[in-house]
Amino acid sequence: MDSPLLQLDHVGKEFYGNRVLKDISFSIGPGEIIGLVGENGAGKSTLLNILFGMPVISSTGGYEGNILLDGKHVQFSSPNQALAAGIGMVHQEFSLIPGFTATENILLNRENLNGSIMNYIFSERVSTLDREAMHSRASAALHTLGVGISPDMVVSEMPVGYKQFIEIAREIDRKNTRLLFLDEPTAVLAESEAEILLTALKRLARSGIAIVFISHRLSEVKTLCSRVLVLRDGRLITDVPAESLTTREIASLMVGRESERREAPQEIPDEPVETENADETLTLKKGGKKKKPKPALKVEHLWVDMPGETVRDVSFEVKKGEIFGIGGLAGHGKLGIPNGIMGLYPAGGKVRLFGKTLTLNKPRAALGRKMAFVSEDRRGVGLLLDEPIDWNITFTAMQTQGRFLFGIPYIFQLRNEYAMSKEAQKFIDSLAIKCTGPHQKAGELSGGNQQKVCLAKAFTLRPNILLICEPTRGIDIGAKSLVLNTLKNYNRENGTTIIITSSELEELRSVCDRVAIVDEGRIAGILPASSPAEDFGMLMMGQTHSEEGEQSA
Amino acid sequence: MIRKLFDIIANNAVPAVFIIISAFAIPLSGYSGTYLVQELITRIGRNSFLILSLLIPIMAGMGLNFGMVLGAMAGQIGLLLIYDWGVVGIPGMVLACLIGTPIAVLLGMFCGAVLNRAKGREMVTSYILGFFINGVYQMVVLYLMGWVIPITNPTLLLSRGYGVRNAVSLLGIRGVLDNLLPTVIAGTEGAKQFLSVQGNGAFFVMHLPFLGGAIRIPLATLIVIGLFCVFIVWFRKTKLGQDMRAIGQSQSVADSAGIAVNRTRIIAIVISTVLACYGQIIYLQNMGTLNTYNSHDQTGMFSIAALLIGGASVSHASIANVFVGVVLFHLMFIVAPVAGKNLVGDAQIGEYFRVFVSYGIIALALVLHAWRRNREREASRRSLRGNKGGE
Amino acid sequence: MITRFIDKAGWPRIIIALFLLALFIAAPFVGVRVDTSLSNTLVRFGMNGVMVLAMIPMVQAGCGLNFGLPLGIIAGLLGATLSIEFNAEIMTRLVELAGQYKITWLTQEFVDNWRAAIGFGSAIVIAVPIAAVLGWFYGKLLNRVKGDEMMIATYVGFSSVSFMCIAWLLMPYKHPAMVWGYAGHGLRTTISVEGYWLHVLNDSLAVNINEHLKIPTGMLIFFAVMAVLVWVFMRTKTGTAMTAAGSNPEFARASGVNVDHMRTISVMLSTVLGAIGILVYQQSFGFIQLYMGPFYMALPAVASILLGGASVNKAGILNVIVGTFLFQGILTMTPSVINSYLQTDMSEVIRLIVSNGMILYALTRKVRG
Repeated sequence: MDSPLLQLDHVGKEFYGNRVLKDISFSIGPGEIIGLVGENGAGKSTLLNILFGMPVISSTGGYEGNILLDGKHVQFSSPNQALAAGIGMVHQEFSLIPGFTATENILLNRENLNGSIMNYIFSERVSTLDREAMHSRASAALHTLGVGISPDMVVSEMPVGYKQFIEIAREIDRKNTRLLFLDEPTAVLAESEAEILLTALKRLARSGIAIVFISHRLSEVKTLCSRVLVLRDGRLITDVPAESLTTREIASLMVGRESERREAPQEIPDEPVETENADETLTLKKGGKKKKPKPALKVEHLWVDMPGETVRDVSFEVKKGEIFGIGGLAGHGKLGIPNGIMGLYPAGGKVRLFGKTLTLNKPRAALGRKMAFVSEDRRGVGLLLDEPIDWNITFTAMQTQGRFLFGIPYIFQLRNEYAMSKEAQKFIDSLAIKCTGPHQKAGELSGGNQQKVCLAKAFTLRPNILLICEPTRGIDIGAKSLVLNTLKNYNRENGTTIIITSSELEELRSVCDRVAIVDEGRIAGILPASSPAEDFGMLMMGQTHSEEGEQSA
Repeated sequence: MIRKLFDIIANNAVPAVFIIISAFAIPLSGYSGTYLVQELITRIGRNSFLILSLLIPIMAGMGLNFGMVLGAMAGQIGLLLIYDWGVVGIPGMVLACLIGTPIAVLLGMFCGAVLNRAKGREMVTSYILGFFINGVYQMVVLYLMGWVIPITNPTLLLSRGYGVRNAVSLLGIRGVLDNLLPTVIAGTEGAKQFLSVQGNGAFFVMHLPFLGGAIRIPLATLIVIGLFCVFIVWFRKTKLGQDMRAIGQSQSVADSAGIAVNRTRIIAIVISTVLACYGQIIYLQNMGTLNTYNSHDQTGMFSIAALLIGGASVSHASIANVFVGVVLFHLMFIVAPVAGKNLVGDAQIGEYFRVFVSYGIIALALVLHAWRRNREREASRRSLRGNKGGE
Repeated sequence: MITRFIDKAGWPRIIIALFLLALFIAAPFVGVRVDTSLSNTLVRFGMNGVMVLAMIPMVQAGCGLNFGLPLGIIAGLLGATLSIEFNAEIMTRLVELAGQYKITWLTQEFVDNWRAAIGFGSAIVIAVPIAAVLGWFYGKLLNRVKGDEMMIATYVGFSSVSFMCIAWLLMPYKHPAMVWGYAGHGLRTTISVEGYWLHVLNDSLAVNINEHLKIPTGMLIFFAVMAVLVWVFMRTKTGTAMTAAGSNPEFARASGVNVDHMRTISVMLSTVLGAIGILVYQQSFGFIQLYMGPFYMALPAVASILLGGASVNKAGILNVIVGTFLFQGILTMTPSVINSYLQTDMSEVIRLIVSNGMILYALTRKVRG
């Protein structure tokens, strides 16, 4: 370990004036395994993009600082250059061809070829493949990992864990790979598979390959890595030997220690201000046994089949008039909860709205019960990009509540363009949507203004419950606070129950009364927003909180 | 389990239905076995090459190459020119191929570039592209030939002095490949009869005593087709073939592995177009007449229908599908009119029936493909869920 | 200003429009009368307009260009042939019914005077439900093959046309004006509508400006009425939902719209319009073309609406009007003008290149996303 393999020297990156990385310096020696941890948005993916020469970096003005490989200055402008320099990367999503065998996938575009004269006439691509050599190379790579996968197995028939090994084997097979980045490699693995992988990685490191292991499973980081690097808000917070920290300490480093104590948001009284069904409240009171009123929303054993955001078994209650937050890491299912409740993805379990069961899997049913939804996928689900703003704002209300129409209901109704424009104009003024008018196409607006249109769409429905996903994703800071304030005001003025799902914990803690943290499709715990940040951090990292959280509100 | 059974049935349903139809129609038609075999062998020689040219784009995930008519047109231009220059026989065919090749390469590159701009709807685009290039072809042949492109042979031109006549007799190259290695399979009686009619000792006669009549074999053509099959088998084993298979399954993965996706797709189309050009030349040397404005029209449709009847799908096709398809499709083609006439007294019905079957089978294959793909997408989505918790 | 106009209209349209203008300007110099040409263009505009209109619902609902238009045309052909087959019966039944329900104005005399209109009307009345039913099945099919609609539509059109070829031969039509004389059964390839509803729309309210320029007012009004109906429909609650379903199916679904249902309705509507469209076409053309007649009928309609500025997923009435006029204008003018100039008929080649080039252009245009 005389000279470091890779050295970062004051690396930083700004996106359109938005600083995402600052002053990152660290080094890795050959055969070293280091753990890189951080919340979503801490800057990990940007760091990887820089190291890997992704075009998104150079097209947005490059980065600051120096990267040294073997002491020599490097600057990659494409992933292929990074590969050629010996940096391998295993992404979170599989990049495999399903109908190919393990061998074919491991050696994809690096096949052994039988030379022939044809090469000189055309190109190398007309040479036949040397299947035997390929087979032995793939076996060797798999053997290095220490897993017993047959090289002839077709990928589509493999269990998920195997696919992860194939991805790693592909990187190992590159002769020059000296540094391997693994992004959440254990996220899809069962515990036993994860163990095999960790063993394989240790073996790999002994052969001299340096590994950067990115994971949210802190216990794995602790067992595998020699050093831990914690990234927070684009800064490198810690770079210490793994054994010097407990998982709890790592977690609190990731989410940040409490610097300023936020004043606790005012508690929502248990007593309901008003309920949909006063009688029920009365009978409950008479029963006297339970003081708890019917909650606005009660979710029991909900599962949702949303790709990438699977919800396995979730139960929680939201009080009327509350702002309820749902947080957690990407891919753990927090987004699945509101999407499932709104009927956008196949779901099961029980959801009660003001005491009455909600029909799942039918967006119309959810909308009919006066729930409104702002999707996290603004461009994909949230907006009609090719249609004007007034369409976007009024369409849902038109279809589900029959407003903005004239004529005879059920027989002949035309849309009332005047009323539509008026409604849109109202929101353009009140939310300060920057546009040329209600007839501008939604696709031409900036991200922040698009988000305001989405909010306006939800407000137009005059909802009892508002479900909002990622309210501030992809919008600039000014718009961020405006959107959050709008939500707060809306809650205060109309007493609307709001459920916010967000990856940004700080945002949730600043707006919500209580925050639930989702981990691997289940609720890890529900805490008042005023709880210390590291408690949330521990929940996120899979250190399931005792059930106290459930009751503490 | 049931799904697997369903898949097996769905995968082989089309050829099975055709075998059943033929089983009923053959006796109805009243054709003799020898006649049918002779017809089928002729048609295998005539059509297989064209159908084989469809395989490579399917491998590259570009679906059925309706743009193969571009190659057919290139071949026809080659044939028109050699006719004009009076080059006959095998040299004529070779020259036609040599002229057709660069045209087919250019058209193929154009087609590939267009298809790269229309990813996800390659088939409908290549289909319309066929019409578009047909317009350009007509412009060239009908107006430019004899005016801009010098044509000296007046028998080729319309009476007005430019533009090519509708029907061009290809006597110069008619059957030259088919009869290059003249071969007959015949029973003892059949051989005698055949030779007495032909009066030609040059035929290589294979005796099969049990055979009633005589069957002529276009041996050289079959050899060329065989070589083509070998080429495809070899091609599948090359790096290029492997890249195409990868692209066919996932363009994004292939791209991230550093395979030049767009370029490879263009190569696939170029190969297909060039081969279709040769295929059309072989087809026309067998037919012996070129309908300048119509010969290529049906080429694409019939070739695609035959391939699909052979059990191929939009995303998977093998050499076996080609030959099964050509036999079944043309069997139906031969017997349907006569069977229809004998059944309801109207030959027209059989004609329409075979047209209906050709289109219907393509529609069915497209529907099955889209259906299955959407279902698979659904299934792969479901598999992402893993074991769901709760109840 | 000019650049904005060009941007909005799009280069292909401007080129074609200039070309058409040049043809009109050149016409007098090669001895082609402008008024005759204009008259022809108007007639062809009216003939084809409704079929082009049939593209709108499916494009708006996200089902792509209706290459399966022949299915609607088949419904129209069934309506036309059945109306002729039962022409006499329809007339007598009508008078009978009028007597039964005491509709005093519907007398034998009235029926005799309005024979053509009643025949045409009954063709529509027969064709529409057939088209609706066919469209329903066709729509259900297209819902299962999302992403491949256009290719499948093409072959659904082709196979239904070739299937009907068999049906035309076998169906027990008896009317001597329609079946083959020598066989006594099986419909003829072309059936004249003379004596039934030839020019029933063309000639009603027609304005003869001079002997060369005749405005087929009735047909244009019929087209306008259909266009207004489509326009109004697209503004209803259902029409709005349909547009949203085409614009972003996920958005529509999240707003409680049943996307598949909207798509089915749009396909039914397109098919019905196709059926009415072919009837309008025939009354002007004079013949019912059976068998392979409807085979390539979708392509001109598709090309027209694209020429009018529609894309694969957005189309409006204006696109129909502009596109049909330009396309039919080119078709009318090229044979007359270019032929007189070059002494050859290039119209077929120009039609092939323009219409398919237009479709290619639309298919290869980058879609947002």
